[in-house]
Amino acid sequence: MTGYIALGYGDLALGSLLILTNVGLSLALQLGVHWRFLVAAVRMVVQLALMGLVLSTLFSLVSPLWTSLAAVAMVAFAGREAAARQDRRLAGLWAYGLGSSSMLMAAALVTVFALTTALRPHPWYDPRYAIPLLGMILGNTMTGVALGLNGLTSGLASRRAAVEARLMLGASRREALAPVVRQSLRNALMPIVNTMSATGVVALPGMMTGQILGGVAPEEAVKYQILILFLIAGGTGIGAVAAVLGGAFRLTDHRHRLRLDRLAK
Amino acid sequence: MSGRLDLIGLHRPGLEPVSFSLARGECVAVRGPSGAGKTLLLRAIADLDPNDGEVRLNGQRREAMSAPAWRRKVGYLPAEPGWWAESVGEHFADWAAARPQVQALGLPDEARDWPMSRPSTGERQRLALVRALLVDPLVLLLDEPTAALDRGAATAVEQLIGARVEGGLSVLWVTHDEAQAARVARRFLHMEGGRSWVAA
Repeated sequence: MTGYIALGYGDLALGSLLILTNVGLSLALQLGVHWRFLVAAVRMVVQLALMGLVLSTLFSLVSPLWTSLAAVAMVAFAGREAAARQDRRLAGLWAYGLGSSSMLMAAALVTVFALTTALRPHPWYDPRYAIPLLGMILGNTMTGVALGLNGLTSGLASRRAAVEARLMLGASRREALAPVVRQSLRNALMPIVNTMSATGVVALPGMMTGQILGGVAPEEAVKYQILILFLIAGGTGIGAVAAVLGGAFRLTDHRHRLRLDRLAK
Repeated sequence: MSGRLDLIGLHRPGLEPVSFSLARGECVAVRGPSGAGKTLLLRAIADLDPNDGEVRLNGQRREAMSAPAWRRKVGYLPAEPGWWAESVGEHFADWAAARPQVQALGLPDEARDWPMSRPSTGERQRLALVRALLVDPLVLLLDEPTAALDRGAATAVEQLIGARVEGGLSVLWVTHDEAQAARVARRFLHMEGGRSWVAA
């Protein structure tokens, strides 16, 4: 194993010059994004610094209670983010609840699967493994859930006449919604398909690069990365299917009506 | 096969309670200004929007059957029908059964292969009428089925529906055209501001 090069604060300060370069460019070219750029960079630094603190505390505690609380908090943020990415949201608690519960189920299932089969740390909920794993799975599941739900709500709103035409001819809600549901799920799964296709050729994933920079042998890092991509693919699929089918259920009723009135105005 | 349709206090927001009966093989014209609630009434009967009150077909309550089964018996043709596939033909399970009616309405047999971008509004209305008739409903709810048609095509539609009415089909026909209302129906349901009343 080769050595690991620790970074000093001076190194980070040097790196931040690139942010200042961008700010300078925005001012020079009148892009008008210099202020937002600065705020985003500062947010990123503060958020990551806090995350570092939280993670060191969690890692030293190895407590099932605190680990699961951290996991729930992560899912809650992901749920808010997924809801924010919708052009047309479900009305009421559903906007937030459906995405969050789908992600919670999918990410928990896949994370626990990995922790109890492939990785098997002691104890199995060891936050050093559980939290980073959940973070990676959740991030991608969130994209799938957000794309799937957005495809469903915007698809149903724009194809309302087509869906109702089938209902009027005696189709069940399942039959009538099938084309929109299929299209939304395709949208949801495309990013992970593209990621898997491009990984290793066009892109080196951040996790793998991180491990290699940390001194892990490339072939070991690659094995981790492959497992992670399998987990991400599984989580995205389960999460997107749960969210889209749940959304299709919510946007119809027992009398097989299309209920677009259940979208937020 | 024919159907008697009874509405007993059917209502929903924007539609005051309607009580009304459509006899077997009867055609009633629904008239009233835009925004009077005519479309809301047809959609409520077809159970496409949440609604309250009672609707019976041949004495049987609507809720006694599944919604898809209800809509196969009580068909609804909206003013702007929807299409879900790429070509005209894909919307018909059995084109051979549709062909005579398609031709009776002045459309060519080749219409089957048209992409959905091709038919005009009036052609779509006629194709959707054939599509709705092929389900063999007992009651048909029509929302301005000839609004986009010229005189000749409108007459063909009136004749086609008239023949089905003689065969026992019951029809509720929304129309702005007073002359048409007088041609197709002997009873009229007037609507205004969500309220409705019957006149002979």
